Amino acid sequence: MKITNDIIESHGLKLEEYSKIKLLLNREPNFLELGIFSAMWNEHCSYKSSKVHLKKLPVKNKNVIQGPGENAGVIDIGDDDAIVFKIESHNHPSFIEPYQGAATGVGGILRDVFTMGARPIALLNSIHFGDPKNKKTKNLLNGVVSGIGGYGNCIGIPTVAGETKFNSTYNENILVNAMAVGLANKKKIFYSKAKGINKPVVYVGSKTGRDGIHGASMASAEFDENTEEKKPTVQVGDPFTEKLLMEACLELMKKDSIISIQDMGAAGLTSSSVEMAYKGNLGIELYLDKVPCREENMSPYEMMLSESQERMLIILEDGKENEAKKIFNKWDLDFVVIGKTTDSKDLSLKYNNKTVATIPIEALSSKAPLYDRKWTKKKLDKKKINLKDLKKIKFDDAFFKIISSPNQSNKNWVTEQFDQMVMGDTIERSGTNAAVVKIHGKEKAIAVTVDSSANYCKSHPLSGGKQIVCESWRNLVAVGAKPIAITNCLNFGNPENPEIMGQFAENVLGIKEACEFLNYPVVSGNVSFYNGTNKNNIFPTPVIGGVGLINNINKIQNHKFKKIDSQIILIGKTFGHIDQSVFINELYNLYEGMPPEVNLLNEKNNGDIVLKLINAGNINSVHDVSVGGIILALAEMSLSSNIGVKINKPKKLSNLFNYFFGEDQSRYLVEVDKSNYSNVEKILKDNNIYFDNIGVTQKEYFELDKVLKINVKELYELNNRWYNNYNGLNS
Amino acid sequence: MNSSVIVFPGSNCDRDVATALTKLQFKNKMVWHKDSELPKSDLIVIPGGFSYGDYLRSGAIAAKSNILKEVIKAANSGCLVLGICNGFQILIETGLLQGALLRNKNLKFISKDVSLKIINNENKFCKKYKKNNIINLNIAHNEGNYFTNKDHLKELEDNELIAFKYCNKDGLINESTNPNGSISNIAGILNNKKNILGMMPHPERMVDNLISNSDGVELFTSILN
Repeated sequence: MKITNDIIESHGLKLEEYSKIKLLLNREPNFLELGIFSAMWNEHCSYKSSKVHLKKLPVKNKNVIQGPGENAGVIDIGDDDAIVFKIESHNHPSFIEPYQGAATGVGGILRDVFTMGARPIALLNSIHFGDPKNKKTKNLLNGVVSGIGGYGNCIGIPTVAGETKFNSTYNENILVNAMAVGLANKKKIFYSKAKGINKPVVYVGSKTGRDGIHGASMASAEFDENTEEKKPTVQVGDPFTEKLLMEACLELMKKDSIISIQDMGAAGLTSSSVEMAYKGNLGIELYLDKVPCREENMSPYEMMLSESQERMLIILEDGKENEAKKIFNKWDLDFVVIGKTTDSKDLSLKYNNKTVATIPIEALSSKAPLYDRKWTKKKLDKKKINLKDLKKIKFDDAFFKIISSPNQSNKNWVTEQFDQMVMGDTIERSGTNAAVVKIHGKEKAIAVTVDSSANYCKSHPLSGGKQIVCESWRNLVAVGAKPIAITNCLNFGNPENPEIMGQFAENVLGIKEACEFLNYPVVSGNVSFYNGTNKNNIFPTPVIGGVGLINNINKIQNHKFKKIDSQIILIGKTFGHIDQSVFINELYNLYEGMPPEVNLLNEKNNGDIVLKLINAGNINSVHDVSVGGIILALAEMSLSSNIGVKINKPKKLSNLFNYFFGEDQSRYLVEVDKSNYSNVEKILKDNNIYFDNIGVTQKEYFELDKVLKINVKELYELNNRWYNNYNGLNS
Repeated sequence: MNSSVIVFPGSNCDRDVATALTKLQFKNKMVWHKDSELPKSDLIVIPGGFSYGDYLRSGAIAAKSNILKEVIKAANSGCLVLGICNGFQILIETGLLQGALLRNKNLKFISKDVSLKIINNENKFCKKYKKNNIINLNIAHNEGNYFTNKDHLKELEDNELIAFKYCNKDGLINESTNPNGSISNIAGILNNKKNILGMMPHPERMVDNLISNSDGVELFTSILN
């Protein structure tokens, strides 16, 4: 087949990139080779626009066993235990086919984790939808939520935490990010680096079909009016096969037979084989006739580019084939030696005794294009919102509207579709500061959370980047965990647009600054560009997945009030920053002004003192203050415990709206026994921590100053009706 | 006491129930579905999960597996058999328990803690619970909507074969306290000889106060004594 400009473009390659291919090969590629280049050089696989910026992130400290660059990051949690985790996006497929897109997003991230020798112990997700009134939203919400549940529930990994958000910026491009967390023995971590020549390359798992061909290229382009036609590029998941594959891999990993292992994710057989050979500085030869196929007459092109799910590539030690095969047969899975490692440093493909492709491995990896794209600094919107200029709203009306809004409503409708308890170690489930999962059979636990704040990042990418890392850190602290490391999923628009690239560059700098200050490194992650349709880019939406360690399971804290007549202390200073707040977004639909400032020093000091108070057993409950300000944090504490509050605003700030709805950072609400109050007060003073004593817990009523008094049960009703109404369950 | 947990491809609560059994002093063995012999067992547990991926119909393929033939033999000779969630579905498919488990009324997977009323405690599984007491267990299923015909329902009631019913925390049993649409709010039933219990809720998830609560403990300790 003659390769024309149309064919090049339909492979998502630029003409200058094609020239580079010819230069690297010293000839024209054939059609199969072109397909392979397109699979490896697209944004999704090559990180060609993001790499120069990602290099700046801190990726190491004494707890990090493996940083970015492997299937997932690995951290040390003591006693030979390691936690393996990563977050990944499946935005584009989920918009085209919500159930399968979301389900295979979960499947893919689970494979990344068990490929490294870890048994997955928790799943999390961050899902962003368009305006609920947008006609596509309901279907997408239903499909994505049941897809995430369908996969996780079946494979039997608890989905323990997540966030579900709505904003019209995602009307034509939803976000579906899934995170998986696994537990491994730190002496038995498996990597993708190939070693040794003439070692058998084994294909295990499901058969290869025609699904998902060019999935990664599809994910590296913007949507347009023909998006619907892309349905065949979405993969179809089978969690049952993945469960078998996981058990078989973990069983084989107990033996000493694996040299290297890599899951077939984006760009399937192509990227997995290239990755293994590249890391090992070797070549790899594959006999495509041997690839187990689900459909007849599949061409080498289709086999190499298929993204059929639940498949792995393993390089075995010599003579271990039979032992390994026995295990895969036990689990009724395909096990075929399809190639070998070579010293040629080429990817060499044979089919029907003919060589059908020969490409130097480095041309597909280290020599792939790398762009330092042009970017412009965000022009900051210095305008400040003055509440006096806005239409007046009654305090209680404002609160009721927010507490029953789609974004702030109780999300049981979502989380009840996820098995949160399977594996029997989930201590804190969705809905608190962070989920807590016990390390099986031990007296310690990990805390996990996912967070994002797109409108902060949009208005001030640098500050937003810092804020979101801090929020993640704060959430872990609030359950009594020492934050260890993060994974990030950077969802952005079109990187070829300098403004978008600027959002990315500045956002990464913000993340870097906070991670460095808090000693909270990035150990894995994913970049998703081209989120947008016909030039409408989404708000920049970095999602941070954080993991922390709780060394004593008896010291776990949550946000449920425990007693009536306890003292409520607000740790951290309140300035009443209302711009970019939920209050302004929800009630006035305004997205102007600056997000709240982040002071990293205060963040760290306040967090450290909260951890100290938790560990000393000085507090009954604690909640971080985030979107929605003090009032929403208090409401969540009341709603989860059915205990009311009586709060008095300190005199200093005059405006009730600013005080209660402002979103100043680095703050926590803590519940303290009255008898212990002076003790806690002294600790806070001795450590120079700013705090206010703002009120007490009481029976039944949620009561703020003289402006609001409502029975907690009524509040519960307000908070619990939106999802059911939206999905027609209350009609 | 010796227990066996049957493991099918796709079982995913096998480890959880084995952990609970071992913690509560059972001597437990895991039994692979392809095995054709059961170890000596006083209790056989068919755990929750998605045996064979729920293909065809939940529990349908597992009911035809090698080991199930042995389980049926053991059950018929009086061995105690406990089917939890998918295990209940499998027991229904084998015919050891009657009725059907339909899709949840809301057509969605439901995972939450529910209140259950102990309806009958004069059996080997529930004797440590007090009749009419209310316990909290977790449910997590797609097809837990129990259905049976009028005659069988009457038989279940008359012969004290209903172990648990869904209720609220005050013990109220009606449509509003029924999570999945089960007939008469039924959450768990026994066979006529009362040596087989099938239940949708997961007692093995509630055996540790630190993690959840310990309302599932009595079910296992009832069996022990």
